[in-house]
Amino acid sequence: MELTLPTIALLTPLFGAILIALTGRRPDLREGVTLLTAVGLFLIIASMWGPVAGGERPSAHLVELMGPGLTLALEVEPLGLIYALVASFLWIFNSVYSIGYMRTLYGARSEGQTRYYICFAAAIFAALGIAFSANLLTLFLFYEVLTFSTYPLVTHARNEAAFRSGRIYLGILVSTSTLFLLTATIWTWVLTGTLDFTEGGILAGKASAGTMVALTCLFFFGTGKTALMPFHLWLPNAMVAPTPVSALLHAVAVVKAGVFTVLKIAVAILGLETMRQTGAGDVVAWFAAFTIIVASLLAMSQDNLKARLAYSTIGQLSYIVLAAAIATKSSITGGAMHIAMHAFGKITLFFCAGAIYATAHKTKISELGGIGRRMPITMLCFLVGALSTIGLPPFGGAWSKWFLVQGTIEAHDIAFLVVLLVSSLLNIAYLLPIPLVAFFGREPQAAADGEEHPPAEHGEAPLLCRIPIIVTAIGCLLLFFWPRFLHDLAALAAN
Amino acid sequence: MSFADHLPLLVLLVPLLGGVLSVFTGGGRVPWLWACSVTLLTFLGALELFSIVTTAGTRTYALGDWPAPWGIELVVDTLSAIVITLVSGIATVVTFFARRNVEKDIPADRLNFFYSLWLLAITGLLGITATGDAFNLYVLLEISSLTIYALVAMGKETDRRALPAAINYLVMGSIGASFLLIGVGYLYMATGTLNMADLHETLTLMREAEGGFNRTVLTSFAFITVGLGLKMALFPLHTWMPNAYTYAPAAVSALLAATATKVGIYMAFRFTFTVFGSDFGFLQPPNSTVLMACACGAVLFGSYVAIRQRSLARLLAYSSVAQIGYIVLGLSVLQTDAVTGSILHIVNHALMKGGLFLVVGVVAWRLGSSDLSALGGLGRRMPLTSAAFVVGGLGLIGVPGTAGFVSKWYLLSGLLSSGHWPLAVTVLIGSVLAGIYVWRVVEIIYFRPPDPRHAEVSEGPVTMLLPVWILIGLSLWFGVHSAGPVALAGEAARTLLGQGG
Amino acid sequence: MELLGTYNYWVYVVIMMIGFYAVIARHNLVKKVIGLGIFQTGIFLLYISMGVVRGGSAPVRGPGTPPDTLFANPLPHVLILTAIVVSLSTMAVALAIIVNIQRRYGTIEADEIHRMDREEAEAPAPSPVSAGAEEVAG
Repeated sequence: MELTLPTIALLTPLFGAILIALTGRRPDLREGVTLLTAVGLFLIIASMWGPVAGGERPSAHLVELMGPGLTLALEVEPLGLIYALVASFLWIFNSVYSIGYMRTLYGARSEGQTRYYICFAAAIFAALGIAFSANLLTLFLFYEVLTFSTYPLVTHARNEAAFRSGRIYLGILVSTSTLFLLTATIWTWVLTGTLDFTEGGILAGKASAGTMVALTCLFFFGTGKTALMPFHLWLPNAMVAPTPVSALLHAVAVVKAGVFTVLKIAVAILGLETMRQTGAGDVVAWFAAFTIIVASLLAMSQDNLKARLAYSTIGQLSYIVLAAAIATKSSITGGAMHIAMHAFGKITLFFCAGAIYATAHKTKISELGGIGRRMPITMLCFLVGALSTIGLPPFGGAWSKWFLVQGTIEAHDIAFLVVLLVSSLLNIAYLLPIPLVAFFGREPQAAADGEEHPPAEHGEAPLLCRIPIIVTAIGCLLLFFWPRFLHDLAALAAN
Repeated sequence: MSFADHLPLLVLLVPLLGGVLSVFTGGGRVPWLWACSVTLLTFLGALELFSIVTTAGTRTYALGDWPAPWGIELVVDTLSAIVITLVSGIATVVTFFARRNVEKDIPADRLNFFYSLWLLAITGLLGITATGDAFNLYVLLEISSLTIYALVAMGKETDRRALPAAINYLVMGSIGASFLLIGVGYLYMATGTLNMADLHETLTLMREAEGGFNRTVLTSFAFITVGLGLKMALFPLHTWMPNAYTYAPAAVSALLAATATKVGIYMAFRFTFTVFGSDFGFLQPPNSTVLMACACGAVLFGSYVAIRQRSLARLLAYSSVAQIGYIVLGLSVLQTDAVTGSILHIVNHALMKGGLFLVVGVVAWRLGSSDLSALGGLGRRMPLTSAAFVVGGLGLIGVPGTAGFVSKWYLLSGLLSSGHWPLAVTVLIGSVLAGIYVWRVVEIIYFRPPDPRHAEVSEGPVTMLLPVWILIGLSLWFGVHSAGPVALAGEAARTLLGQGG
Repeated sequence: MELLGTYNYWVYVVIMMIGFYAVIARHNLVKKVIGLGIFQTGIFLLYISMGVVRGGSAPVRGPGTPPDTLFANPLPHVLILTAIVVSLSTMAVALAIIVNIQRRYGTIEADEIHRMDREEAEAPAPSPVSAGAEEVAG
């Protein structure tokens, strides 16, 4: 095992997890360790930005898993760095938020919180493994680690609903990855004798057009974490988890691991050129387009705030899947940028949803009338997150959508362009009403029976919840004005 | 001759004498200590033998100095060395584990006899792996089988159903062994020799001279295949196994699951490749289709029935039916990677299933039952045992990072590169089904409320947890550091398939 | 008359099948074991007839035996002695188990035992699923 920067970055959260386990009996220390690990991790990863943007590829050989060609190895390249930066940066604020949220709702010493922080660190470890993997085998290994390490988080509540959802969560993610992703991986190995991520792909000239189409379908559907329909149901179900889990994992780390995987496979295994020549992505692209529209429509019909956000995530993820399937330079650039842009927007939205639940114990959109007057900062940030997710300037989401649209135009695919535009309208339709109702709606009065909705006396969300919300909302704004560093990395990844 | 030259024999002689002498060890803990030292000594010998074989190549030993093919010859090549080390190593761990379970299941005045049978069973299993003589193999097979029937029947103290399970096993096992005997007889009729290497040579000459095999050889092959199918519990000849594993004393189930079935598969490898040879006409379609169909049936049926079980031991037994299917599948396609995968899976599955059955042993010792309904809330009261089950279970599913993944990888890449798509799909579906039956238990352990009958249960003692985690830990170790095992298994596979080496 | 010329093999097959039939068709465990014995005896005959050399005498070589004497092949006979011992041991283990079954169940009829086991399994928690599973397990 080589102890270079990628290895150190990878081991940091694992080390943190061990420390968290050891300090489990003292909540303040435990959470201090979590925060320290998160900050340290971000600094380590950020230190790789300069070299990577300059063309270096820090790498490390971990262990020879099964012999020549089948090793665990790390290599940091722009796309992975974007994903790792986003995940590790947001982990810091998500940890702050977790402390506020969990203590407000359950108290510092409630059962299972040590497990919660350990699993969180383990999930970040797995996410980094995915981001930095140098070959498909490493990626597959960490992909599965991520699934299993997040299972205890999804089932945190340990009640009937939690474990039913956990069953769907594991069922879909494990069976898609076993049935399709593993098959595609081994098939690639049999065809090419290598699994290393290589610029331009490794399948050029090794697979017929039909094989390429089949492989693309297996890879894209096998990555169940992209929540591509019809394998999307695990995501709404995962919403039984505590909100910080939904925020970081089911808006950022886990789902982005899925779309990162498909982008990476498109760029470095299938090869953009080969994909375009063989039309390998066509089938998947249509599935993605279908998912974008249907998920948006379904989002509109959800009254539960987290469920609506979950369906919105499904739609947004499919933008990136679509981008990967179209396989043009602009679309890949847009997809890579969307990983970051959507992460900031959606985590803000989830933070707000959690803050509302922790403070006012409300989960339904129909109950939110007038809440903006009690929690103005929270709802203002919600508006920012919503606008960024929709893709309106002056928020970060505008840039990634710009490149995505440009990508569909480059591919001369007007149908997909229409899909993107229609879905933007749908985004407006299901996201904007929420802050509007919150600010201008009427606060629900006590119902006739006098018991149903007693208007709770509450003010803003707890401070530890508010800070992360503000930070991520400002992040959305800053990413619009300084998208340069992100765009440069994304463009590097697409070339 | 130096000491090292006698190792192939010593590995058999130590447990054989140990088994006989065990009768005189009296009572208390002495028989157990005796068995522990004997298995440990055997294991050390096996390790030494293993290192000699992997560096210096195949070892042969002429018993009583009668030269082969007249005398009986012991032949230890790479595959035998792997299996001998595996069997003796697991036997050591399981023997160390067994004390508490055995004290609970077996009357105190019969402990010496129990361990005597135990060591003789191990002798038989090791002998099968070491011998190079077809008839000698039959005799050693019967030594191990007869002792195992008796060991299974000893479960009667806790559950009388062990008795019908044992007699059922005995009848089926004896028929299997008799079929093997008939097959060997026909082989002798056709060739006039019983030495495996000599058999192979003679058979090859015969085929070249006659342009094919005569009916005697074909009949022999058929009898041997069916007989071994019975012995290794290949679907649909597996019916004796679930009951035997469920009702045998917990320690015996662990030993059986980890070693006996594996040795059965080893015999199949030996006869198919060493005696008949991989270029033997029958393993081509359409004949190989029968074997493939049985293996696929095993994977699907075993996994499906495992999902519906109410007892943990039984669930694991059906899971073994499925896993044997994987191994036979790799054998049936005659492709290097697939055979490598099969050999790896013999080792990996032995480690995982051995560990899991030891978990059953801990649970049975603590709770007095391995019914799934009794396992509720176990995750909190026996965290280490439960964690061991989860890790072992992940191995059965074949999650990357566990040993199960490595063997499945090779099996699948072998199946795909030889174009056997339906078989690959079967393997994948089998993994998903494994996920269901493993996770069903995990949910019970971690999510179901504790059974009030077992509210006071605490974690098992260290002397039981240590062996469990040795096996489970090894299965994890081989999941990450598998380059060595893969290279070794690959070499064994190439030797079997006659591709150099 | 090739068919008649190999009559010894016919005899062995017939004996074996009689034994095999008893193993499968009889419910009484002792009869099953007897069947197993007959089955294995058939195999002994196979081995013994294998060693026959037409015109060969018993393979005993004394000081006065002429060097060109034709002997029967002794090896199969030696082998089958071992097999007979094995078969005997199998019989002994089987009968020991059956004695125990008689003690614990009070019967040695396989179907009776099966019924008793099933009733026992169903008694504490009657569940159609598990009964079905038992069925499959046979």
